Amino acid sequence: MKTGIYPGCSLTGSARDYNESVFAIAEAFGLEFTQIPDWNCCGATAAHNLNKDLSLALPARILALAEKNGLDEIIVPCAACYSRLVVTQHELKKDPELKNRICEVIEMDYRGTSVILNVIEWIDKYIVPKLEEKIVKPFNYKVACYYGCLLVRPNKILNYDRVEDPQTLDVVMSKLGATPIDYPYKTECCGAGLSISRTDIVSKLSGKIIEDAEHRGADAIVVACPMCHSNLDMRRPDINKYWDTEFKIPVIFVTQAIGLAVGLSPQKVGLKRHFVEVKIS
Amino acid sequence: MARIGVFICHCGENISATVDCGKVAETIGKLKHVAYSTEYKYMCSDPGQTLIKDAIKEHKLTGVVVSACSPRMHEPTFRKACAEGGLNPFLCEMANLREHCSWVHEKNELTTEKAIDIVRTQVEKVKLNSALQPIKVPVTKTAMVIGGGIAGIQAALDIANTGHKVVMIERSPSIGGHMSQLSETFPTLDCSQCILTPRMVEVAQHPNITLYTYAEVESVEGFIGNFKVKVRKKAKSLDEKICTGCGLCTTKCPQKKIPNEFEQGMGMRPAIYVPFPQAVPNRPVIDKEHCTYYIKGKCKICEVVCPTKAIRFDQPDEILDLEIGAIVVATGFDIKHADFFPEYGYGKYKDIIDGLQFERLASASGPTAGEIRRPSDGQVPKNIVFIACAGSRDPAKGIAYCSKICCMYTAKHAMLYKHKVHEGRAHVFYMDIRSGGKNYDEFVRRAIEEDHVNYIRGRVSTVFERDGKLIVKGVDTLLGAQPVEIVADMVVLATAGVANAGAEDLAQKLHVSYDQHKFFAEAHPKLKPVETNTAGIFLAGACQNPKDIPDAVSQASGSAVKVAALFSQDMLTREPLVAVVNRYAPPMYSTCVGCFLCQSVCPYQAIEREEFKNRDGKVVKTVAKINEGLCQGCGTCVALCRSKSIDLLGYSNNQVHAEVMALLNEY
Repeated sequence: MKTGIYPGCSLTGSARDYNESVFAIAEAFGLEFTQIPDWNCCGATAAHNLNKDLSLALPARILALAEKNGLDEIIVPCAACYSRLVVTQHELKKDPELKNRICEVIEMDYRGTSVILNVIEWIDKYIVPKLEEKIVKPFNYKVACYYGCLLVRPNKILNYDRVEDPQTLDVVMSKLGATPIDYPYKTECCGAGLSISRTDIVSKLSGKIIEDAEHRGADAIVVACPMCHSNLDMRRPDINKYWDTEFKIPVIFVTQAIGLAVGLSPQKVGLKRHFVEVKIS
Repeated sequence: MARIGVFICHCGENISATVDCGKVAETIGKLKHVAYSTEYKYMCSDPGQTLIKDAIKEHKLTGVVVSACSPRMHEPTFRKACAEGGLNPFLCEMANLREHCSWVHEKNELTTEKAIDIVRTQVEKVKLNSALQPIKVPVTKTAMVIGGGIAGIQAALDIANTGHKVVMIERSPSIGGHMSQLSETFPTLDCSQCILTPRMVEVAQHPNITLYTYAEVESVEGFIGNFKVKVRKKAKSLDEKICTGCGLCTTKCPQKKIPNEFEQGMGMRPAIYVPFPQAVPNRPVIDKEHCTYYIKGKCKICEVVCPTKAIRFDQPDEILDLEIGAIVVATGFDIKHADFFPEYGYGKYKDIIDGLQFERLASASGPTAGEIRRPSDGQVPKNIVFIACAGSRDPAKGIAYCSKICCMYTAKHAMLYKHKVHEGRAHVFYMDIRSGGKNYDEFVRRAIEEDHVNYIRGRVSTVFERDGKLIVKGVDTLLGAQPVEIVADMVVLATAGVANAGAEDLAQKLHVSYDQHKFFAEAHPKLKPVETNTAGIFLAGACQNPKDIPDAVSQASGSAVKVAALFSQDMLTREPLVAVVNRYAPPMYSTCVGCFLCQSVCPYQAIEREEFKNRDGKVVKTVAKINEGLCQGCGTCVALCRSKSIDLLGYSNNQVHAEVMALLNEY
C-alpha cells in the first residue's frame, strides 16, 4: 500500500504549521507518503459555485494523478480539499456518463479506486494503534474540539461521524490524555471564506466560538482544518477588536497536539508560526 | 356441449368511446359454442342484469362472460345475477374491457381488436369452468384483544357487550396503556385517569372478559373463526387468588432505585411493584431482573411480610392454549426516546425531557404531585420551550410522517404549564400547526390568545447548556428568518410517535403486514381501515399509526363491530377459489410425491400433511393437503409443484392454458 498526500494550497501557504506537524508526526511514527506529483487546485469554494464540470474536473485530475502514480490511499489534511475530493469521487461513481465526460475534460483515465482519508481517519488508522507506547508527555489540558463545517459534511456522502455532534476528534484528544469539554460550538460556522471579503462577519462568528471555549475554561481549541485555524488564530486581532476584549486561548491543530505528546519540540510542529501565542507545550 | 352467453357492457361511454362494442358483440357471436352475444349500455343496472338472467333461461346457457369493468368492481353483482338466473355463480367470468383496454388506449381498430381478444380468452376459459360450492367453516365465538390501552379496552368492552366472550392480553402488569400516564386530555382538559379508570375497572369486572396481564402472545395458528393461540402468562411470582393487594411487600422491598417505567424514568420503584395506584389488576408483580432474591439467591423480605403468604418465588411461566375466532390488535405506540437528535441534547442535559415525561410532571399522581418542577434541581422553570416535530416530518434525520398528536399535546402542555406557573413564559417552536379535529383549532387559539403562549414558527437548530441555563437557538420564519435565541430553564421535545417495540415480531406471528415504519398495515387505506389483509384480524388504535384518543376509540368500536358481524354467523362462507391437491383411488392416492416444497412457500401456512394407511394401520403414503379455510388462492404452490399435482379451483392449469391458446390461435 502506497500512501499519497494532497497538501492543497493552504498547507503550502497559510497553514505551513499544519503541514510541518503532519510531516513531523508521520516521521515520528515511521510513516511515509508521496506528494501527488503535479497536483493542482481542488477548486475550493469558488469552482463549485461557478461551474459544475470545472468543480469536478479539478479534483478528478488530482485523483487521476494519484491513480497514475500508484497511490492507493491519499491523505488530505485540509477539510475543504477533503470534501471536494470525496464529493467528486462520489458524483463520478454514481454517474458513469458524467465520469466519461470529465475524463475527456482532463484528458486522463480516472477509475475512482483511491481511498481518500481525512486527517482524523489517517490518525485513527496509523497513529492511534501505536499512540500509547509513543506518548511521553500526556496532553493534560482541557480542550474544546472544533470540527467546523466540512470535516463531517456532507454526511450522506461521507457517512463519517455524527454530523451535528461529532465525536471523533474528542476521542483522539482523550487518547492523548486531554479532557474534551462539553462544547456546543463544535460545528458552528467560523465565517469560512468571508475571511477575505467580510472580516467583520468572521470576527463576529469566530468570536462566538472562541468566547464559549474560554468561558467553559478550555486551555486550547483543537482544530483539523486550515481555514478554521486561520479564522480563529490569524484573525484574532480583528476578533478582539470587534468584541472589545482580549481572547487569549490558543488554537492548535490536532497533529500539533499529537506531536507535543510524543515529545516533539514546539518548533518542530510549527507552533512558533501561530499568531496567538501557544503557552502550552 | 357448451352454450356460452357473452354480454358486452358500454359502461356509459367508458368503454364504448374507444371500443366498437357492436363489432365485438358481433364477432364474438360467430365463435363456436357462443350461443348468445349482445351489448348494453349499463350491464350492472337492473335491466342489464335482467337481460343476463333472461338469456340464461332462454338460450339454456352453460356459461356467461360479462365483458365490462374489473372483476374487483362488479364480479359479485354478475355472479349473483347468474345465480338468480339458475346458473352456478362460478360459471360466470368477467372480461375486463375498461381498465385493461378502453381506459388505456386510443379509439381505433386495434383497440377493438384487443377487446375481442380479451373476451375470447374468457370464452375459452369459461368453457372449462366447473360449478363450485362455497366453503363453510365454523366460528369460535371468542375474540382476543391484544393490548390493554384505551383502544384495546374500548374494543373489548364493545365486543363483550354484544354478548360474546373476549380474552384480553396485556404485556405489562396493568392495563391502561399510555392514556393512564397522561395528565389531562385535549381539547377539554379533563383528567385522563378520571375518564379512563372506570373503563379499566369495567374490563376487570365484565363477565364476558377474561383479562391476562403480564402476558404475551407466543404463537398464532389457524384461520378466521378458528385461530389457535398460545399465550405466555409470565410468572408474577405470587398467587393472585390469595394476594389482597395490600401493598405491604412493595413498601418493604429493599430494592428501591429501579427507574419507574410508568413515570418514564422520572421516579423510582421497588422490585415488587404495582405500576400505579389505579392499576388493574391491583396486584404486584416481581421484576425478576432487579429482585435481590432472583439475583443473589437471598432476601425474600416480601415473602416474610406478606400477611396472606401469597409470594411464590418458584412460580413458572404458564402457557395457555386458547381457541379464538377473531383477533383485535391494539398494541399501541411508543415515542422515540433515544438521542437520535444529539443537537437537542436529550439524554445529555437533565432538564430536556420528552412529551410523556412532561405528562408525568403535570400529573397529580406523578413524581412531583402535579407541580411543574425541573428534574435537575426541582426548581419551577420560569422559561420553558416546547419543540414540536422533534423527529417527525424530517426524512433526513427522523421519520417522514407527521406524528399527528404532537401539535395538540404541545398546545396542551404549554397551557397546563401556564395554568400552573402564572408568571412563567412558554414558547413553542413549530413547523405548522396541524389541529384538524372537533374543537382542536379553537384549543390551540386558546393557548395562544388566552394563555399567551409564544408560538414561534421555525425549527430549532441546537439546544445546549451554559451557566446552568439551556440556550435554545432557532429561527423565526415569519419574521424573515430571524435567528431566535431563548434562554430557557427547561425544554420539552415532542418526539416522534413510533411503532411499539415488538410490533414487527407480533405482526410476523399473526401473519399480518406492516409498513416500513413497523406500523400494522390496514387492508385498504380508505375503505378497509380496521381490517388487516389476514381475514379475522382487525386493528384498533395507534398500532396502525399515531392517533389521538378519539380516533383510537372510534377505530376500536369499528373493529368491534367487524368482530360482532363475524360472530353473528354460526358458519362462515367463503369463496371456493382455493388450491387442491389431486386425489385418486388407491394405490395411487395422489400424484403428489410428498416433497412438501409447497409447504415452505405457502404464505398462509395452509398446507398440511395427510397420511394414508393400509388395513394394518401402516402409513403407506404421505401427501400434501390444503386447508381450505386457510388457503387464499394465491397459486404459489401450483406454480411450484414439480409433479403438477396441485390445481387452483376457478383458475386451473387447463383454464389458463385455454386462455393462452385462445390468444395464440386465429379465430
